[in-house]
Amino acid sequence: MERFSLDAAHLLAGGMVLVSFMMLYQNRILGLLNVFAAHAVVLSLSVAWQAYIQAAPHLYVTAAIALILKAIIIPVALHHMVVRLGVHRDIETVGGIGPTMLMGIGLVALSMVVMLPAAAEADPIAREDLALALSVILLGLLMMVTRQNAISQIVGFMSLENGLVLAATGARGMPLVVEISVAFSVLVAFIVIGVFLFRIRERFDTIDTQALDDFREGRE
Amino acid sequence: MPIAAALLSVAGLAGVAVAAPILTARRVRWATPAVYGASLVFSAVLLVCGLFGLLGGSAYWGGVRLPVGLPWVGANFAIDPLSAAFLIIVNLGAVVASFYAVGYGAHEEEPGRVLPFYPAFLAGMNLVVLAADAFSFLVAWEFMSLSSWALVMAHHHDPENRRAGYVYLLMASFGTLMLLLAFGLLAGPDGGYAFAAIRAAGHAPWLSGLVLILMLLGAGSKAGLVPLHVWLPLAHPAAPSHVSALMSGVMTKVAVYGFIRVVFDLAGQPAWWWAVVVLILGAASAVLGVLHAVLQRDLKRLLAYSTVENIGIVFIGLGLGLAFKTNDMAGAAALAVTAAIFHAFNHSLFKSLLFFGAGNVLTGAGERDIEKLGGLIHRMPETAYLFLGGCLAISALPPLNGFVSEWLILQAILISPELPQWALRFLVPASGAMLALAAALAAACFVRAFGITFLSRPRSPAAETAHEVGRWQLRAMYALIAICLVAGIFPGPFLDALSPASQLLVGGAMPKQPILPHLAIIPISESRSSYSGFLVFFFILMASWAAIRVIHNFASRAVRRAPPWDCGFPDPSPQTQYTADSFAQPIRRVFGPIAFRAKVTQTMPPPGDTAPARLTLSLRDLVWEFVYEPLEGAVLYAAERLNVLQFLTIRSYLSLVFAALVLLLVLVATWA
Repeated sequence: MERFSLDAAHLLAGGMVLVSFMMLYQNRILGLLNVFAAHAVVLSLSVAWQAYIQAAPHLYVTAAIALILKAIIIPVALHHMVVRLGVHRDIETVGGIGPTMLMGIGLVALSMVVMLPAAAEADPIAREDLALALSVILLGLLMMVTRQNAISQIVGFMSLENGLVLAATGARGMPLVVEISVAFSVLVAFIVIGVFLFRIRERFDTIDTQALDDFREGRE
Repeated sequence: MPIAAALLSVAGLAGVAVAAPILTARRVRWATPAVYGASLVFSAVLLVCGLFGLLGGSAYWGGVRLPVGLPWVGANFAIDPLSAAFLIIVNLGAVVASFYAVGYGAHEEEPGRVLPFYPAFLAGMNLVVLAADAFSFLVAWEFMSLSSWALVMAHHHDPENRRAGYVYLLMASFGTLMLLLAFGLLAGPDGGYAFAAIRAAGHAPWLSGLVLILMLLGAGSKAGLVPLHVWLPLAHPAAPSHVSALMSGVMTKVAVYGFIRVVFDLAGQPAWWWAVVVLILGAASAVLGVLHAVLQRDLKRLLAYSTVENIGIVFIGLGLGLAFKTNDMAGAAALAVTAAIFHAFNHSLFKSLLFFGAGNVLTGAGERDIEKLGGLIHRMPETAYLFLGGCLAISALPPLNGFVSEWLILQAILISPELPQWALRFLVPASGAMLALAAALAAACFVRAFGITFLSRPRSPAAETAHEVGRWQLRAMYALIAICLVAGIFPGPFLDALSPASQLLVGGAMPKQPILPHLAIIPISESRSSYSGFLVFFFILMASWAAIRVIHNFASRAVRRAPPWDCGFPDPSPQTQYTADSFAQPIRRVFGPIAFRAKVTQTMPPPGDTAPARLTLSLRDLVWEFVYEPLEGAVLYAAERLNVLQFLTIRSYLSLVFAALVLLLVLVATWA
């Protein structure tokens, strides 16, 4: 049972990393949103599994929040937004999928190399979970850096936050209030960014962030 | 427990600082005397705490831990012999300055800019001395810096004062940063910031050496070591005179305290090269400080440069202490350290006295430029004699206290041939020569300062109409000159009192000064050397009395006939008198080309032209030229190159963050 719970936890956390990679090469926006929803589903499964094996009922609340908020509400809202903005057919030019994937692999390797010795004394579930969570975070950051479309950047940010939640649940004893406040801060960030997107769109007729920079004054 | 009383008094000072703006905002007429009076009372309590701590023995030492500050350290405060000694220096100055300010502050145009910060400044200095962990020390240090900055900016309408405040703020932040790094190194990765924990932990030699360098930069910038002295001559004159006295006489001593505390007490066993660095810096400060002082025309700036000199002398003493300590010569180290602390004490006395004198001149004649003064001895006789006393003390003339401490430092220098390191054996006598040079130049400097300001005839209408100041100011100065005289004539008890401090710092003490015949003091042993201030004083009194009798009895009272006004003044115009610049000219000629890049240009009008000939003199502080201007250039260059970073796209910023994160992770991965 011990062995099995460990493997299942790794499977789910590894699944998140895998879905992160799927996001990295997904260049259609609607496809990206679907993958993001899948990411959140895997996250909530992983958290629920942690709740089960740690016998920590409050983690079920976290899992429920992840499922409802990130797998349903946010993707659906983003979906509506994309349709209203009329960019649902856009195909984003992701600069070189091959190199990006290679960089992603490098980042995963890096987080393994960093975390495994650093958390050597921690119990194995937390240790590997932390390493995988760091990979998810780094992949989210990589996505924010490599994409130009504002929506993709938001999705990158959200997946980064999923990684944070994964790390937080892997470590025992994280109080519920912290997780709830993180979840709500993400929601607030989402609302702010949503408003912002429409404003950008209104002004510049595009949500390509490159356009913002082109309009900026005082550049050398 | 003195520590509890001391902390309560500091809290009282803070309370006064809070109450002061309320009083001034309501334009209460007694705000000035109330604030200074309350400051005086609290400083007096702190002074008594210091006296108990130093004289009362170990029963009065001890610390408390308040549950504020860093959670695992708390705020620790303690009194031990060293902090007690500096508590006395700080609060003796504070008591006298508060007393002086009751009178002087009445002339303040905007009391609201001075009154709130004055008690805060005193509280900050006391907390630095009382602090027993790095966190409290740094907070108190920064508090002291900022409140004194506010005092420097009290007369902010003058652009020169604003510049002084800016330079001071820069140097103070730099200094605090260096102290922060030093304490960070000492505390180690576990964050043991309490002084007890730092003392208990052993430190690697390279780490201690780095701490020494950082302390020289951090505490040295506050104390005024060359080349970090540039803010002193700007900021000290800018503040009101009683604050100038505190900044110059007392705050620099707080910096010396910080240096002693860390380098002698916390950093562990010194290496011999530490002494080399400290001695060189001390000697350079002593000589360069006094050379600048000789050439100044602004009285308060002259005093500020002379502070640089005296700090240099203190650091020479401390360098000697390090040299002896590293070679386990406890007796000699105790002599050097005791002399250094005693000189710090003495300097706080006579420098406050001189700044008060300058404040009186400023009040009475409204002028700081000594070229526009003169003849004040007739208009302000008491100030003149008190200032003369301060000049005698700072010029290290017996029987005053300045002589005793400088003589003790020279005695310590005379032990240097017993040092095993050749470098030190050569360097210590050289710094002794520098010390002697500085002492001689200081005498010249203060002959000039006193003579041009108070003697001869007035050079301006302001000096002609000067008036004596009130009793508060004069009484504060009488108190100071009395202590100077007592410390000069009976130095034995003072040296005995410092022995627990030197026991703490170097593990040895000077021999107990017994009541020898003629109240002499012996630095090492009686066969070697001894000095009796009392005998010297007695002989000076007798000789003066005899000279007066002889002149009165034997000088001819017969009427003589001579040309009118021919006592060296055939032309009665004040322009024909010796001026400050002409007095300093020989020294400028000798040292000017090297130390100041002095340039004198004479422009003669062509024949037939009636325009006057002009002589222009330009002096430069080479420290600005060789240290600060290149630094400024480098900073500007870097700023221009880095300016690009202000105009990147959001994505580039994100990429930078990302790259930094990945880089740090790679570092962790490769090091772990």
